[in-house]
Order: sequence, then C-alpha cells, then structure tokens
Amino acid sequence: MSQAPVIEASDLVMRLGKGAGQVEALRGVSLTLNTGELTLLMGPSGSGKTTLLSILGCILTPTEGVVRVCGKTSNGARAGDLARLRRDHIGFIFQSYHLFPTLNALDNVRLALDVRGVRGGVAIDEATEVLATVGLEEKWAARPSELSGGEQQRVAIARAIVGDPSAVLADEPTGALDGENGRAVMKLLATIARDRSHSVLVVTHDPRVVPFADRIICIEDGRIISEERRN
Amino acid sequence: MSLIFRLASRNLFQDRLRFIATIVGIVFSIVLVSVQLGLFLGFETMVTTMIDHAPADLWIVARGTKCFEDPSLFDKSNRARATSVAGVADAIPVIIGFSEWSDPQGGTTPVFLVGSDAGGLRPWNIVGGNLADLSKPGAVAVDRSYFDRLGVNGIGDTTTVRDLDLHIAVVTKGIRSFTTTPYVFAPLARAQAYIGTPANRISYLLVRLAPGANVEAVRGQLLKKLTKVEVLTPAEFRKRSRDFWLFGTGAGAALFGGALLGVIVGAVIVAQTLYSSTKDHLTEFATLRAMGSSSFYIQRVIISQAMLSAVIGFACAACLDLVVLVSTANSALPVVMTPRLMAWLFAITVVMCIASAIAAIVQVTRIDPALVFKQ
Repeated sequence: MSQAPVIEASDLVMRLGKGAGQVEALRGVSLTLNTGELTLLMGPSGSGKTTLLSILGCILTPTEGVVRVCGKTSNGARAGDLARLRRDHIGFIFQSYHLFPTLNALDNVRLALDVRGVRGGVAIDEATEVLATVGLEEKWAARPSELSGGEQQRVAIARAIVGDPSAVLADEPTGALDGENGRAVMKLLATIARDRSHSVLVVTHDPRVVPFADRIICIEDGRIISEERRN
Repeated sequence: MSLIFRLASRNLFQDRLRFIATIVGIVFSIVLVSVQLGLFLGFETMVTTMIDHAPADLWIVARGTKCFEDPSLFDKSNRARATSVAGVADAIPVIIGFSEWSDPQGGTTPVFLVGSDAGGLRPWNIVGGNLADLSKPGAVAVDRSYFDRLGVNGIGDTTTVRDLDLHIAVVTKGIRSFTTTPYVFAPLARAQAYIGTPANRISYLLVRLAPGANVEAVRGQLLKKLTKVEVLTPAEFRKRSRDFWLFGTGAGAALFGGALLGVIVGAVIVAQTLYSSTKDHLTEFATLRAMGSSSFYIQRVIISQAMLSAVIGFACAACLDLVVLVSTANSALPVVMTPRLMAWLFAITVVMCIASAIAAIVQVTRIDPALVFKQ
C-alpha cells in the first residue's frame, strides 16, 4: 500500500456565521489522505464531517490552517483556482447522487471529462470503460430515472473516478441505499482505493461500512477524537 | 453534438410548457418587431414612389417643400429660365394636389391628382389602355386597386372632379398611396383644372440634363437664375420626403416604438423563463461547479439555451412573417421584408435572447458549489 500523501491538512479551523451566531465548525483538525487507502470519516450530525470534506475537496477554504492537494495549497486561492484543483485532482460522490436527470449514464460520466476538456471519441471510450468498471456497461443509455438507487450511485462513482483524480471524496454514499446496495457501493469504493491507487475518503455515520475501511477517523465537535488503522 | 449543447437542449425541452411559453414570447416579440420594421420599410418605399418613378436628374421645388405631397407652388415662368441654363436638356412641369372625385353612385371621395405631360411624371405599370390615351380630352389614369373607392369598374367609366367631366382611359396596377387617397394621373393642364390651380402655377420642374452635363454645376446655375425655389437631386428629395413622413409626423417614431416594445416584451419573457429554468437546475449547476467546471463552461450551457430558443423562435416567427407578408401584399401599406431585414431580425433575436440570459448567468456565476452537500 502506497503512503504518498494526496491531501494534507494541518490545524484547520473553520468558523461559520458572524457575531453572536458564529459557530466553530472545525477546531484545529490535521490529517493526511494517502493513495491506496479508504478512509472513513465518522461522527454524529453537526460534528463537522461535511465541512471538513468541503475544505479537503477545495469547495470551502478554511478560516485558519493549510490544505495541500497534491502539493498545491488551496489557501488564498480564488474560486477559479479552487475549481482547477478540484477538476485536476478530486472526484466527488454525493448522498443524493446529483446525476443530471436529462442525460443518460454515459453522458453523465462524460460530463466529468467534458469539464476537463476531454471530448469526442476519447471521452466516449474512457467513460464506457469506467462504466464497465462499475458494472454498468449494459446500462450506458439509461437515464437516472431508469436506474435503481444503487445503479445511480455507481454511475456517480464512475463520474467521480473517470478523470483518474488522485482523491475521491464521498459524502454519505450509502445514505440513500439499502444494505445490499450500500455494501456493493462500499466494496466498489474499496476496490477503487486499492486497485486504482486512489485515496478515498468516505464521510459517513453508517456503521455497516466499517469493514471496508483501511482507516477510521472519528470527529466530534470539530475535533478529531480518534484515529484507527485497520489491517 | 457537444455535451454542453445536449445539456442545454435537454434543460430547455424538459419543461415543455415553459419551453412553449419561451417560444411564444420570442415569436410574439419578433413578429411584432418584424411587422413594425416591415411597415417602416414599406412606408419608406411608398412615400418616395413618385420620386422613384419620375424621370428627373434634378428637382426644382418651391422653397421649403417638405415632401412630394407638399402643396407649395411656384411660378411656371421658371421653366423658361431653367431651360436656358447650359446643361439642361428639358424641364418638365408637374402639378400635384388634392381634389374631390364624384363617384357615379353620387358620393364623393378625395383624390390626389398628379399632372404632367409627355416626358414628365406619368403613370407606370399600365394594365389597361396606354399613355397616348391620356391626351384625349377628359382622360385620366387610375389604379385598379381603387376601383371600389372611386366607384368605377374600368376603362370608359365616366364621372366628374370639381364638376369637370372625365373618363377612365388608363388603368394601372400597384400604384398605391400610403395616405390611402387614390392617385389620379392626368395631363398638366387638366390636372391644374381638376385641382383648381391657376395655369401659371406648378408644383415641380423635372430637370433632365444634357449628356455630359455636371449635376452640381447645373444646380449652381439654376439656383443663380431662379428665385424662391430649391434644386434637389432625387436622392435629396427622397430623403426629405422620408424624413418628413417618418420622423416629422411621428409615424416612424411610432413604428420604431412598437419595434422597441416588441424587443422589450420578448426580452422580459425569455429572461423570466431562462431565469426560472436556471433556478430549477441550480443543483446541477452546483454539481458542475463541484466537479471543477469553470464559470464559463456553465455560462455556455445557459447561452446555448438562449441561442437555441432564439433559433427556434426566429424560425417560427419567420414562418408567421411570411403569412403577414402575403396577406398584406395588396394592402394600402404592405409589409416589406428584405433579406437584410431578416438578417437584422435574426441578430436582434440572438442579442435579445443572450441579453435575457444575463440574469441567469449572474445567478450561476455566484453559485456556491457547497450547495451539493445541502441537498
């Protein structure tokens, strides 16, 4: 297992809101995400999981602290630069999939390549190959409404990994799935981490996903309270 | 098909009712604009039709004449002075003016007399009789589209103007007046009588230059020799007539105002529908942002939606315009469409739709990609 850091975060502080209503969502969080690892970020609602995921994914910038993605710091970056970091290095998976309902599975995956400027036959071949990786090569023409929840999440995973990003960040990827589909999705994410040498971070409070993790980080009240390595 | 265009078209067609509302808005707007501008073009052509058909290199007009229909007169003796100028081959008098036509059924209707002799301003597009027939006593030429108004059926019908007998000797096709008052052509002396103008008073002199004569030099000499008149080139007289009727009377402003209103209405409808469509797809645009797309990428989706609306809306509007064109072809004021006008209309449609996308673009430019975690 490779341990090259993909994302490094140190002393992250995130304050949300202003004045009396200000909330400290993160209070000095430091962590690294390495290739070939599936890391679980667990904690109760309001613990700061999604805020941390947003900062690690360069969607938000922290109030204090430093985030480096593949060696590039996101601090002080403008919206366009953050978008470039996300485009080049990060794939996202969301609880409610966020697939484009008017596009078929292949086009949903192609979209992630299109925003990177990869188009034409190359994009179609690459998207088709990734759909095969997630076991949906037969359903490339189906629209999201014609797919089950598990299948939709697999399309979302294909979209997240198609540009071969260094990190895949998943927000409650099993939250909307039943046990069987949830396990299938987690198995797929574990395979992606190990076989494709991605760093996968899964934010969850679903204990059923624990067996798939290489590492479990628990967060509470904006602080990392424990970190456990498995295997 | 590019993915941006596919996404744009699917977004556009997803809500059929909204799509139809958008297209109806654009069609309404563009048809309104094209009819107003088409009327403007038709009006512009019709107000100069007499000038366009007069065989003149220069027009001598009474000082201060505002348009062809201006009743200002000057003395016919100017003709002799004009023809004495070197370079002038001929100067043919024209009289114009309103009179009262008594139709055979006993009613009356106003008519616009145009009087001129051979070589002057004579009727064209003749479909009955011939010009030589106009030299017969009491002979006049009228357009067949005015038969009902004049209460006549064709050549040979008789009636009176200011109690003077006349008969239809020549019939034309398509010589219509934008004032809706029928033109009646007659030789100079009889037209003066029908109008009630003294024989020594005329409206215009149509100057024909001798071969090789310099227009400006002749004009300068004419101005030196003649008094209380102006000497205009046909282009100058055309412009003066157009400016008077289109802008001096407010008719042009009304037509342009209508066109502007059409653009505003269309822009508001397209802006409203694009904005609401964008709001409906905010999560998708936020997802694109989270995936790292540039603002420009998302803006292209919205602009593609606007462009697609413009093309479809314009195509539908063009079909309706064709119907308007055909149905007004024989009316008093036909709508005129030219390839150039259509090109302009398309440009207006595209600009209107893209400008309408600004509100939607501002909305997506400010979109927070963190929205994807909130839904």
